[in-house]
Amino acid sequence: MSIDNQVFIQNVIIGLTVGGYLALIALGYTMVYGIIELINFAHGDLFAFGFFISLTIFAEINPEIPLHGSDLYFTLPAVALLTMLLTGSLNLAIDQIAYKPLRKAPRLAPLLTAVGISFMLEAIYAIWKGPIQIPYPRYFPKEDYMENEHVISFFSKLGMDITEWRIVSFTTKDLFLFGVTIPLVALLTLFIDRTRIGKAMRASAQDREAAMMMGINVNRIIASTFFVGGALAGVAGMVWGLYINSGRFTMGFEAGLMAFTSAVLGGIGNIRGAVLGAFIIGMIKAMSDSYIGSEWTRVVIFGILILMLVFRPSGILGSTQSIEKL
Amino acid sequence: MIKVMSQEQQPLLAVNNIHSYYGNIHALQGISLNIFEGEIVTLIGANGAGKSTTIRTVSGVMHPREGTIHFDGQPIHQFPAHNLVSKGISQSPEGRRIFPRLSVRDNLAMGAYKRNDRRAIRQDIERVYGLFPRLKERAKQYGGTLSGGEQQMLAIGRALMARPRLLLLDEPSMGLAPVLVEQIFEIIVRINKEEGTTILLVEQNALMALEVARRGYVLQTGMVVLHDNADALMHNEMVRRVYLGEE
Repeated sequence: MSIDNQVFIQNVIIGLTVGGYLALIALGYTMVYGIIELINFAHGDLFAFGFFISLTIFAEINPEIPLHGSDLYFTLPAVALLTMLLTGSLNLAIDQIAYKPLRKAPRLAPLLTAVGISFMLEAIYAIWKGPIQIPYPRYFPKEDYMENEHVISFFSKLGMDITEWRIVSFTTKDLFLFGVTIPLVALLTLFIDRTRIGKAMRASAQDREAAMMMGINVNRIIASTFFVGGALAGVAGMVWGLYINSGRFTMGFEAGLMAFTSAVLGGIGNIRGAVLGAFIIGMIKAMSDSYIGSEWTRVVIFGILILMLVFRPSGILGSTQSIEKL
Repeated sequence: MIKVMSQEQQPLLAVNNIHSYYGNIHALQGISLNIFEGEIVTLIGANGAGKSTTIRTVSGVMHPREGTIHFDGQPIHQFPAHNLVSKGISQSPEGRRIFPRLSVRDNLAMGAYKRNDRRAIRQDIERVYGLFPRLKERAKQYGGTLSGGEQQMLAIGRALMARPRLLLLDEPSMGLAPVLVEQIFEIIVRINKEEGTTILLVEQNALMALEVARRGYVLQTGMVVLHDNADALMHNEMVRRVYLGEE
């Protein structure tokens, strides 16, 4: 296979991994927007919290690197659950303290509060972990499937010699990232579609007063939305840490803007739209990094955000509320 | 069949001198009314007389600044709306307020949000489909895709899903073709007769409302100006002139 094709395949793999973690963040954006019409600009920083808190938890446990045996199959999921619980609780607390008193205020008030919370969280992270690039230890075992004997012999039976594909790599870490993000996205979608609470969330998003008339405690539904959104962002931060092995206190800002763009691209308030948007943005980022140059990627992505806001503010799959109301 | 009510019997709903405001606008200026178990009672009055505000205040969406509301002897005027459904009050609100992007079936399921008896909920959904066969045909469609009449049926069906003791119906005939209005009123009477559900009916269509109700209250600028048996109201000169459109 030609070098160009190999580069392309590799970019697709990278695009999917980026899309996966962005989807988890974008879901939180879109769910919160759907229910209280707040662009929660602090949401990206919850992703960073997941990164930092899981790092701290791992440091406390101090497992052997890379994880193996019971550490891999038991400790890792336990850390993930704890990270989700803590990040979800943080998001819940932020809502109760900062946004809830502003529920009836003009929309600009909670929006600016969210920007303030974002600055505050980043300042806290800078003090907590230092304003520098932080290494995330390589806990997750890395093996390239392209160098695995079984995989090589499987492809050779199909008449392909993948040892020639020097540029393409698909590792255990890629698989891990897909293995966490895709099922979680699917589970969340099912939760929103099928369960009583999920339906109550949609009902509250569509008509808050009518939802109250049905006996739905809308405040509790909003709180659950913040918790679930935070938990997903938290686990995304942890998985991304294990994948990319470094980060810094501002990482949530960057990831948050990309996830926000994904949510707008898909149609803000729309769950499937957020997932679709995330994978499109992931793919665009990977392709732009490779073919245009990573210094241009932000320009490309925010260019798309601006074009969407100007020409199709309701996104690809259609927004539940029009963002123009903002 | 109308039960004879003695004055000593405790009303199911007792509204006593309530005052409600929208900001500074004094919308209800001391409304009092009683509804006894098994009755259909109607509120009639012009636009802005306070009919819908009364419904909103009874259902806890708004709270009165003064006055009390008792349901089954218990004070409820400070209860949040979401707590009143399990007490036994549900409503088909003004403007129907269907969840536009939930299926018809899910809209009905939301009406039963406070209930846990899954099997009975499924039976009640079938019962609503029995009352409104159109809804069954449209079960999987989004609520927002229904016609006005179908949405009204859905709003009433959704309110019934809570198995209310008191059903509040706010303008169920608004914007509907005359044939549909007849149908809706027939069903209101059926719900009252077959289930014994007590109904508070707010209507602009005063004639229809008085035909099905046992008693009525006439509202004007946030006050009750007249209340009597429905028959008497229908023959009242002022009511005939102002609300039934007679010269």
